[in-house]
Amino acid sequence: MIRLEDLTKRFKTPGADIVAADRVNMEVPTGEICILLGPSGCGKTTALKMINRLIPPTSGKIYIDGQDTSQLDDIQLRRNIGYVIQQIGLFPNMTVEENICVVPRLLNWDIRKARQRAADLLDLVGLDPRQFLRRYPKELSGGQQQRVGVIRALAADPPVMLMDEPFGAIDPINREIIQDEFLKMQAELKKTIMFVSHDIDEAVKMGDKIAIFRAGRIEQYDTPDMILAHPANAFVADFVGADRTLKRLRLVTAEEVASTEVPVTARSTKVSDALHQLTVAKARRAVVIDSDRRPVGFVTAEEMAGASGAVRDFAHPLPATVPVRADLRAVVSEMFAHDTMWLACTDDHGRFAGVITQPDVTAALRATYGPDKGAGQEQGAS
Amino acid sequence: MTRWLGLGRGATMLLIFLLGIWVATSGLLDQITAYWDDITYLTRQHVFLVASSGGAAILAGVPVGIWLSRPSMERYAETVMQVFNIGTTIPTLAVIALSMTLLGIGFPPAFFGLFVASLLPIVRNTYAGLLAVPSHLKEAATGMGMTQRQILMRVEIPNALYVIFSGIRTALAINVGTTPLAFLIGGGGLGELIFTGIDLMDTGMLLAGAVPTAALAVAVDFLMGQAQLRLIPKGVNPLR
Repeated sequence: MIRLEDLTKRFKTPGADIVAADRVNMEVPTGEICILLGPSGCGKTTALKMINRLIPPTSGKIYIDGQDTSQLDDIQLRRNIGYVIQQIGLFPNMTVEENICVVPRLLNWDIRKARQRAADLLDLVGLDPRQFLRRYPKELSGGQQQRVGVIRALAADPPVMLMDEPFGAIDPINREIIQDEFLKMQAELKKTIMFVSHDIDEAVKMGDKIAIFRAGRIEQYDTPDMILAHPANAFVADFVGADRTLKRLRLVTAEEVASTEVPVTARSTKVSDALHQLTVAKARRAVVIDSDRRPVGFVTAEEMAGASGAVRDFAHPLPATVPVRADLRAVVSEMFAHDTMWLACTDDHGRFAGVITQPDVTAALRATYGPDKGAGQEQGAS
Repeated sequence: MTRWLGLGRGATMLLIFLLGIWVATSGLLDQITAYWDDITYLTRQHVFLVASSGGAAILAGVPVGIWLSRPSMERYAETVMQVFNIGTTIPTLAVIALSMTLLGIGFPPAFFGLFVASLLPIVRNTYAGLLAVPSHLKEAATGMGMTQRQILMRVEIPNALYVIFSGIRTALAINVGTTPLAFLIGGGGLGELIFTGIDLMDTGMLLAGAVPTAALAVAVDFLMGQAQLRLIPKGVNPLR
């Protein structure tokens, strides 16, 4: 857990003093990622760097796991906090192994234990230790360097990590991949992480909570969904963007919205049986599945009405299916691409997992606007 | 590529071989070997001058360069470096002459003159090399909990090593090239044969001084080149 209390930083300049952080109060619960978000010069990096005292605070307190860090000496404090920076900062004179072992060695770990740890961590991010331990940073690609940068910070297993725009210098495709890897890793490691970003999409994707900064103050500190659904003021609303409702699509997966109570039928089923099934379910269409429960098509009640034969004769192919793990943004994108009001979802094995419709999506977006936090506040904000 | 390199090496060998035949037949070799005792004695003196003044310049220059690069010296470092830069523009012969006016004749002024002449590139390169270490490396090192001393020894110096080495290499090249002038202020060395040879119009004596001087310069540069190639970690060595 990280707790900031009235954390303030004033820089003395010849003109007037500059307040880079103005009585910042916040708490990051153990195992969560908190994103410090804001335009450049808003004080988010200053706030971060005060935690490991790269910038000494003017006043205020910082608690890590309940302990007041002003009691600790700088060096001890920093060795117990993982630190990742945008420029990665791998030491070019050291091999990947030596780079990862820096903090363990500073903490006087046994060399064999430190090396083992380096190999394990490389494995964790999908880099083959035999191949990479002996390499120098200049022999790695940008994405590989940043992976090593992250695991170097994890090497001594610190409870708390500070990340200063860690994925800012990576191309968009690799950034997505590394973010996903990192989230998977975090799900296991459960570090308490402060993460500076200026990218709202990254913040929404990575953060359990987001703190939006302006001129050294926190404008809003809340979950991504709440920030997108209920921006506290015009600044926040403006910063998260006019398309903030669309951004919320990324926070929900198809699984949470898809309805599984959809009639299914097989190709060989008799039309009369299928019609009966639809009538009972009060549905207009049924999804046709094969013997492996994979969705292969659909039939509608109107077309089958009064006909005889098997379902196979009336089945239409499905325009597309979406994985049930996909976020709603991907789902909506597929819907628009195929000009359809509904899509069948599949699970990891390609089996039918439900149907998602456009009204389902809009209903999900409306859900957090709820009756009590309704439209009044919404209009007041924008 | 390797074939051409091999060819070039073969051509060099042939050239040296032909040169050897020419020297042997022209009788120059006999004239040079006539000074063999002088050559060995003076070479030893010469090497001692180079090693002592060069070594002292390294021992003094690197720490001064490090000290100037520290943040606490930030305000004065540029001024000091300007003084050093002006110092570099003074011809080494003038430096030798000036040190004679201060210290008289013999080994001490020669040592001092050579020391000063080779100090400048070492200090300048050490300082510049350390300042050129990217600040994000220092930030990462600080953030990971290294002490100032650990940052210097494990991050800054290793990453500046190539530039520091280049300074030392330049300094020693200057040093070896200037050492013959030490004779002029009574410092001894192979300059004795060169300058006396010039004065007496004795080509054999002249060459007896010039050839070992040249060979020494080539040897020192070769050794420094090898050291630069092998001693500097692979990750920061553009040669590897």
